[in-house]
Amino acid sequence: MILAEVIGTVVSPVQVQALDGFTLLMVRPVTPDGKPTGKMRIAIDQVGAGVGDRILMIDEGNSSRQILQDPNAPIKTLIVGFVDAVEVHGELTYDHRQVHNS
Amino acid sequence: MYLGRVIGRVVASQRYEGLDGVPLQIVQPLDERGASMGGSLIACSAISSGPGDLIHYVDGREAALALPDETFVPVDATIMGFVEQAVVGETDLAKEPEPSR
Repeated sequence: MILAEVIGTVVSPVQVQALDGFTLLMVRPVTPDGKPTGKMRIAIDQVGAGVGDRILMIDEGNSSRQILQDPNAPIKTLIVGFVDAVEVHGELTYDHRQVHNS
Repeated sequence: MYLGRVIGRVVASQRYEGLDGVPLQIVQPLDERGASMGGSLIACSAISSGPGDLIHYVDGREAALALPDETFVPVDATIMGFVEQAVVGETDLAKEPEPSR
């Protein structure tokens, strides 16, 4: 799984049928410290995340098809978790409550 | 899945048997600012996309699954949908002028 941040929204009215009804979000992988790293991706939201949220995503087809219970879904990037806090070497590097209350 | 823009087409009359009639298009991957991210690639199209369109595409095994008829063909990337709006911060990448070259 990959730690990432939701950075934007995507609207795609014309797309392959397998994607109908899913919410697409732009996500950017981040290091545990919160620094951007790696390629920006478009992911399918499964947890109700929004812009600014720290999330967990998978970028692997078989796991995604298991979650969606569709053996033929052409889907591999999926948001599967909502991150409340990240701690590295005993230090809190991300706290959802702090970020969203300040 | 990744964001990209169709920048051209490829014509290949000799191709693997399961790929007859599948459009081949050149896709430039884009980052969150709408700038080019890495080199361009050739993708199959599962929609009626064309040069200039902002699209999202999938790569790997899923590229074959996204094609409407054949799901076991040697493809590496497939365009899966048009992007009508892609908002990052205050900017809509779909409304940004297409970079000229």
